[in-house]
Amino acid sequence: MPGKVKRETGNALLEVKGLRVAVAGNEILKGVDLAIRAGEVHAIMGPNGSGKSTLAQVLAGHPAYTVVAGSATYDGKDLLALKPEERARAGVFLAFQYPVEIRGITNSYFLRSALNALRKERGEPELDPIDFLQVLEERVKAIGSDDAMMNRPVNEGFSGGEKKRNEILQLAVLEPRMAILDETDSGLDIDALKTVAHAVNQLRSPDRAFLIVTHYQRLLNYIKPDVVHVLADGRIVKTGGPELALELEAKGYDWLRDGVMVS
Amino acid sequence: MTSIEAHVQQPYKYGFVTDIESEVVPAGLNEDVIRLISAKKGEPEWMLEWRLKAYRNWLKLSEPHWPNVKYGPIDYQAISYYAAPKQRPKLDSLDQVDPKLVQTFEKLGIPIEEQKRLTGVAVDAVFDSVSVATTFQAELAKYGVIFCPISQAIREHADLVQKYLGTVVPYNDNFFAALNSGVFTDGSFVYVPKGVRCPLELSTYFRINASATGQFERTLIIADEGSYVSYLEGCSAPTRDENQLHAAVVELVAFDNAQIKYSTIQNWYPGDEEGRGGIYNFVTKRGKCAGRNSKISWTQVETGSAITWKYPGCILQGDNSIGEFYSVAVTSHKQQADTGTKMIHLGKNTRSTIVSKGISAGRGQNTYRGLVKIMKGAEGARNYSQCDSMLIGDKCGAHTFPYIDVRNSTAIMEHEASTSKIGEDQIFYLRQRGLSSEDAVSMIVNGFCKEVFKELPMEFAVEATRLLGISLEGSVG
Repeated sequence: MPGKVKRETGNALLEVKGLRVAVAGNEILKGVDLAIRAGEVHAIMGPNGSGKSTLAQVLAGHPAYTVVAGSATYDGKDLLALKPEERARAGVFLAFQYPVEIRGITNSYFLRSALNALRKERGEPELDPIDFLQVLEERVKAIGSDDAMMNRPVNEGFSGGEKKRNEILQLAVLEPRMAILDETDSGLDIDALKTVAHAVNQLRSPDRAFLIVTHYQRLLNYIKPDVVHVLADGRIVKTGGPELALELEAKGYDWLRDGVMVS
Repeated sequence: MTSIEAHVQQPYKYGFVTDIESEVVPAGLNEDVIRLISAKKGEPEWMLEWRLKAYRNWLKLSEPHWPNVKYGPIDYQAISYYAAPKQRPKLDSLDQVDPKLVQTFEKLGIPIEEQKRLTGVAVDAVFDSVSVATTFQAELAKYGVIFCPISQAIREHADLVQKYLGTVVPYNDNFFAALNSGVFTDGSFVYVPKGVRCPLELSTYFRINASATGQFERTLIIADEGSYVSYLEGCSAPTRDENQLHAAVVELVAFDNAQIKYSTIQNWYPGDEEGRGGIYNFVTKRGKCAGRNSKISWTQVETGSAITWKYPGCILQGDNSIGEFYSVAVTSHKQQADTGTKMIHLGKNTRSTIVSKGISAGRGQNTYRGLVKIMKGAEGARNYSQCDSMLIGDKCGAHTFPYIDVRNSTAIMEHEASTSKIGEDQIFYLRQRGLSSEDAVSMIVNGFCKEVFKELPMEFAVEATRLLGISLEGSVG
């Protein structure tokens, strides 16, 4: 494949091989390979309909997607054999492109329940509301945010920006090892984008990997990825460093798509 | 199979039978049976006459078939109308209650030994046709509050019973109310005197145990001027293949500035997933806001019964009186519920609020039926109604029949309705955060019901949340 960069994939936290995925009988991913090590930030870019969100959803275990072939190994485990909640408890987090509303349940109750499910898995005691508040405040401070949304029902009546910020706040509290961000930048104005990017940067650590799915390059102005992949028509057609994102911004996606056709 | 289909297969947890020697009157209904019930209760003559009048009227009525439920014919001669554990204890001594009965109620989470009391709750425990224990009667008496089995009230507080019985639900109100008026056996009586705020939550637990019997409870609550009382009822029954009839009547009267808060957690045996067995819960409940500024609130959480037919309502007679109805009704398996409320506005500036949450799962059918009637003299009346339905799976149904009858042009009516389906996406979102699918459904359902649960007394809100978890467990695979 033209321009493909060979990378060292040893000790990958997440390794995807030959992944083919269908939804409602249509094959969307047609053989994806990916290896992400702890501490790395990978960006997946690509045109609409290329399968970016499908990749994010299938790694998180959405039941609507059927794995046709291939594998995904996370921390040595067969990720695809785990239920969504087992993946979450093992440290896989998906920041949703369209976070859903849960009527009548406050954000803080929801997030405490989620954190306690994770803590239970790790054999740690569950947090009562007061202990949780302390953890929350500490995490909120760490990402330079506020907890104003905590006593509102989950995502109900939230603006698009608030929903996305709420996803990142959940990420900060749940502290996953593999964080997948599905178009977190879409629908954000520049200030909200900076806030979200700042939070993500604060959360980067040698133990944690990020997979950032985005249509536009502008988020990557604020979150500098280690690796950029281009997904087109269900395949990764190009992999490179941060400069690849800039190239895409300048040239668009068509030249790559043509490249695929030619090769 | 999607992850939302299939929950509901959780066995009913209260389906055990207490092995206790009972005295059961042979099946069948006639005037002699009514005389026998009245004699067993040691009732005065006027009570018997009232029963007979009701029975004779019942013979002329026919069973209503307008509710949106289906069931085979009921043979009223095949039911026994009186069943009681033998060696009935004296009511003034809890020590004499048969230990088997104490254990039964303990197993149901209802301690009737006072040392094990629920914090701040007095309990009347009704087993089949009789009350077996009523706690804290003496303590309540210090405040002038009467809380006792209605059979005791008929003997000891005849003046009050005679004055109010049948004034809110007349003996000829409807088929099942007439039947109840003829054959009712036990239930609770509450009188709260002027200006008294009842210091305890009052609660009655109804347990059906004997087979082939019906339970016909009768409850009467009177809140005198400026008083307040919070009352809660709970119920359960053994798992059986036959259907059993529960036809209750509850009457509430609130005078000037009085408040009655009446909460129900209904968990009668619902039948199995094929719809075999279960209780027919055909109940008439009505409150009269007789006085100015009085208030009656009905809060119900209905998870049990094969068939529910029930419309707790308020007659808003006093000016500025308030009626409220908060309901969560769950139908899973093949349960059918036709439930809602009636708000009848007579007085000026009367207000009513209706919040109904129907949850259908499995092959359950859930119908909200409500009537809001504003009479000519009800200047400035207001009603707010909200009916929300939630569907879990694709074999269940939700139906809404709101009737509105306004005869005064100053009335303000608001009605909101919604139907939603628990989505795969909602469940996936919660699972992606580490919650199991059962916990996810439970969280979504609890959030949906929150406006109703917050109206329940604290201890019972916890119970209701738990109960909802049980009855929906298995709806999600």
